[in-house]
Amino acid sequence: MSRKTLRVRGVTRTFPGSGRAGPTLALQPTDLTVQPGEFVAILGPSGCGKSTLLRIVAGLDRPTAGTLTLDEAPIAAPGPDRGMVFQSYTLFPWLTVAENIAYGLRERGLPPAEQRAIVDRFLARTGLTGFAEHWPRQLSGGMQQRTALARALANDPEILLLDEPFGALDHQTRELMQELLLEIWEADRKTVLFVTHDIDEAIFLANRVIVMSARPGRIKAEVEVPLSYPREWTVKTTPEFGALKARLMAEIREEVRKAIG
Amino acid sequence: MEPLKPVSAGARIVLGAGFFALFIAGWGLATYGGFVPPLFLASPGQTLVAGWSLLTEFNFLGDIAVTVFRVVGGFAIAAAIGVPLGLMMGAFKPIEAFFEPFISFARYLPASAFIPLLILWAGVGEAQKLSVIIIGSVFQVVIMVAVIAGATRMDLVEAAYTLGSRRAGILRRVIIPSAAPDVMETMRLVLGWAWTYVIVAELIGATSGIGHMIMDSQRLLDTGQMIFGIVVIGLIGLITDFLFKALNRWLFPWATL
Repeated sequence: MSRKTLRVRGVTRTFPGSGRAGPTLALQPTDLTVQPGEFVAILGPSGCGKSTLLRIVAGLDRPTAGTLTLDEAPIAAPGPDRGMVFQSYTLFPWLTVAENIAYGLRERGLPPAEQRAIVDRFLARTGLTGFAEHWPRQLSGGMQQRTALARALANDPEILLLDEPFGALDHQTRELMQELLLEIWEADRKTVLFVTHDIDEAIFLANRVIVMSARPGRIKAEVEVPLSYPREWTVKTTPEFGALKARLMAEIREEVRKAIG
Repeated sequence: MEPLKPVSAGARIVLGAGFFALFIAGWGLATYGGFVPPLFLASPGQTLVAGWSLLTEFNFLGDIAVTVFRVVGGFAIAAAIGVPLGLMMGAFKPIEAFFEPFISFARYLPASAFIPLLILWAGVGEAQKLSVIIIGSVFQVVIMVAVIAGATRMDLVEAAYTLGSRRAGILRRVIIPSAAPDVMETMRLVLGWAWTYVIVAELIGATSGIGHMIMDSQRLLDTGQMIFGIVVIGLIGLITDFLFKALNRWLFPWATL
């Protein structure tokens, strides 16, 4: 259960130009407040600055202007209170699945017995118990992302930042991963910030969807998802789901059209 | 034969041994057939006889031991200096900016050209032999290790940051383990070069070692002994190469998946 509120105020990001290319405004001044335990999806076309915003919250990128706070503490650098799962496979190839999950715990200097107990718990929760001693390269893409999720969760972060974590997976695996993530969130109620360009994914998972405009990115619309939890995959075929999808599609189509000129 | 199609393990061994056999057959034909006079090239048989007498009468094993000691010693010192410096340069760009231009210059200085100077500075003892190998290897090691460490995947570094790593943790738990297999592969390569430097060092101002033996044999026009010395170097190279590869497979099982 998360307890802290994330506040993003006037956060802007301009990438400096190189050579003849001038500076690029990637993110217009953005305000966003995420309450503890919320599941917020950030939806937008590619290049809309949604990943930039997430990387700034993670502390991996610095805003050109604006402030970010987690409760009252300013966010200035990456830290274990903001766990992240990337779109690319970022398991450490020299560590086994279990060692990958234990990475943050070891970094914190937890006693080995305690590390093992936590690792076992998250192996079980992500269905990886039989694969503890496997190398990442021996795993399928879906299993690698499950391990990455377990690795982030084992650290017990205040916020979970997910940057299109299922973007590289095939459609069926992707849907199973969404259900796994939802199951974990329903049980833990950890704050989640989930970046995606997939409308179904955003509606199925989140209780609030933030739609971003084409570059330069800004928050264009906020849509509450009134579907109750626990959600089953069957919710995707309900009229309420369809109505939300139609609304978000209209918002997004306009932006995609702008993005491709 | 099809492009890039793999060959079976058995066929690989047969083919590899086949060329050795062909090479020795060609050598035998040239010498036993009388095409090359013995003054210039000993036959395979004469080489073996010369080798036997070297081993039994002239304490050639002692020479081999001395040379191996020099190679391993010089190589170990070069690695002990070069690997940490290379890792620091790869990880921290200001350190790289400080050392890189000088080392790029120094790596082109031929180690053999230093031999007269080194004799002046260090005499003809072990320090001089080791110095030649160190000068020949250390700059190469530094540059190659720096490139390897600098190529660490940025997304892995970022993942480590979000898991709570700080600067020291990034170096110890991401950059070093990620670079380790390629660094060891570099060591294998550099060890090969160290062998050429040691022989050059032993050709001049040495009283022992394989290179010294080859130089002595030239005075006696004993091509059999010279060839045997060269073959022994080749065999030792082959064995260390094999051991290095086996060690790397054992140390880094994840890297070959």
